[in-house]
Amino acid sequence: MKNKKEFDWFDHPQNIKRLKIGFYIVLVLLVVPDFFMHKHTLFSSVEALPGFYALFGFIACVVIILVSKLFGLALKVKEDYYDDE
Amino acid sequence: MTMSSLHPTLLFFAGAVLLWFLPIIGRRLLILLVPAAAFFVITQLDPGLYCNYQLFGFDLNLLRVDKLSKVFGYVFTINAFGCFLFAQHLKDRYEHTAALAYIGAALGAVFAADLISLYLFWEIMAVTSTFLVLARKTERSYRAAFRYVMAHIFGGLCLLAGILLQINATGSVAFDGFDLQGLPTYLILFGFLVNAAAPPMNAWLSDAYPEATVTGGVIMTAYTTKTAVYTLIRGFAGWEVLMVVGCVMAIYGIIWAILENDMRRILAYSIMNQVGFMICGIGIGTTIALNGAVSHAFAHIIYKALLWMSAGSVLYMTGKSKCTDLGGLYKTMPWTMIFGTIGALAISSFPFLSGYTTKPMIIYAGVNEGLIWVWLVLEIASAGVFLHAGIKFPYFVFFAKDNGLRPGEPPKHMLAAMALLSFICIFIGVYPQPLYDILPFGVVDYHAYSFEHTLNQFQLLMFSALAFFLLLPLLKRTETISLDTDWFYRMGGRGFYWLCDKVFNGFNDWAQKWLGQYLPGQLARYFDDPGGNFQKYGASMVAEAAGEEPDRELEERIIRRSRLSTYPVGGGVLLAVLFLAVVSFLYFF
Repeated sequence: MKNKKEFDWFDHPQNIKRLKIGFYIVLVLLVVPDFFMHKHTLFSSVEALPGFYALFGFIACVVIILVSKLFGLALKVKEDYYDDE
Repeated sequence: MTMSSLHPTLLFFAGAVLLWFLPIIGRRLLILLVPAAAFFVITQLDPGLYCNYQLFGFDLNLLRVDKLSKVFGYVFTINAFGCFLFAQHLKDRYEHTAALAYIGAALGAVFAADLISLYLFWEIMAVTSTFLVLARKTERSYRAAFRYVMAHIFGGLCLLAGILLQINATGSVAFDGFDLQGLPTYLILFGFLVNAAAPPMNAWLSDAYPEATVTGGVIMTAYTTKTAVYTLIRGFAGWEVLMVVGCVMAIYGIIWAILENDMRRILAYSIMNQVGFMICGIGIGTTIALNGAVSHAFAHIIYKALLWMSAGSVLYMTGKSKCTDLGGLYKTMPWTMIFGTIGALAISSFPFLSGYTTKPMIIYAGVNEGLIWVWLVLEIASAGVFLHAGIKFPYFVFFAKDNGLRPGEPPKHMLAAMALLSFICIFIGVYPQPLYDILPFGVVDYHAYSFEHTLNQFQLLMFSALAFFLLLPLLKRTETISLDTDWFYRMGGRGFYWLCDKVFNGFNDWAQKWLGQYLPGQLARYFDDPGGNFQKYGASMVAEAAGEEPDRELEERIIRRSRLSTYPVGGGVLLAVLFLAVVSFLYFF
């Protein structure tokens, strides 16, 4: 039946590895300019530190995931929770 | 009625009726024509008040045209066009009728100049949108629709109570900014917030939308919550409590979205999160904040419909909506994946997409006012959006573990609808000026694309992505649902039912047992032979009083005599004379 091989680029481990490396390079490149430019601050001088928003985003997400995980312990129930008997 | 005062709602309502007289090809054309014509009509409207009528002695206006109502009118009709393009495959009239009436009512609410007209359209919205859930025709959707309409009727009644008290207090039906803080305005505010899905009245959204039909879900995402955003802007701009409500919603949506397994439920919670940003902007209440809220509502309606379309396409093609059942769809649904990802990046306010040119305006407004906590919460929420809607939705649906599903792309008209909305997302993202130009609150002095700001945003988002992939094991999908505030009325409803069952049915059972069976039984036995029984008990009482055993032989004789009615005549005469004596005694003295 299959005349054409399906597109499965993301299923190959070496491609995922390439993506990962590319991703890390992008992350580094995003922080590098911070060391060379003058940054404006909104509320505190901490914001001017290089990579502030990178760190902020990372920590915020880690905290959000951990907090949700914690909430999940109490809130997650089986799918048939509301079903009758 | 000239073109400059034609009510756009009229087109939708007329379309809903006309639909029943047209063959399928005509219906397909009609549902595209109606929003297109309404859009054109709105562009032609001149500022002012039109469509006056009288009710209860008040002068009411159905059509108030100003920049605020117009901008919502534009986006409502543009989105309606996209949604109906997406829904071209539907053959039955039922769903289209409900959708047309629902969108028409939303437009009616936006253009209503007074509280009474607003309330009328508000309730039409609640009822018509319920049919979009009912149209799924499953047991689950019937139940969800019931809870949905109950929640909205509750909110609507609070709104109605507030409106009546407000009219009573001020003597005016005008719907403008409220300045008196008191019970009437609090009730109105509560009614609006129910439709905006603010906690604790938020669960109707994540409960009902994912149970709606594929196309119903797409349509519903835009109107109820955004009409509420509109009314909050009109009525409650600058009310500080809304900053708190908005911040809570922004975070609340994220946490619940992360816990979810159903893709459409994830998107439902991200509506809450995004509406949170808008409500926070309304609470800040400065010119830039309100412009931010309006523009963000505009952008949100488009990318959210786009996201629901891509999720809807997946559901339509696979019949599945749980992340645990999906995955690996990029192989056979690449276009749906690309359009869905554009929506996902737009909601995450990725630079060069629509969210980026609208949402930061609200945060910027908070910074301008020196509100550090607003800034902090909204930045955290911005990072979190990327986590749940930006990466989680496309990742688990289109990539992640391949569950072996090989659906094709959805029908061409669905792809066309997604392409259209994707184009709008990108257009507003790279060239926001046309949108800024139609914003109602003065000239927009905001530039999204400074190098520093763009860089900061990229850092925030990409490192959020890093956190996502590093903590992926913690985010593994489970076949669960999460409790939300609907627990209180779902379980509360059951508890109430149980209590009523125990109290009233228990009382009923008791009454049945005693009053229905035991007592009539006893009475029947007694009246079966009243004279004999009376004598028998009399005799046994006399015997007991004398300390003797009851005389069985005497009882036998009494029973026999009473059965055979062999009483001497004298006894009856004596009783009659005694009775007459008592009566005459009572009468004469």
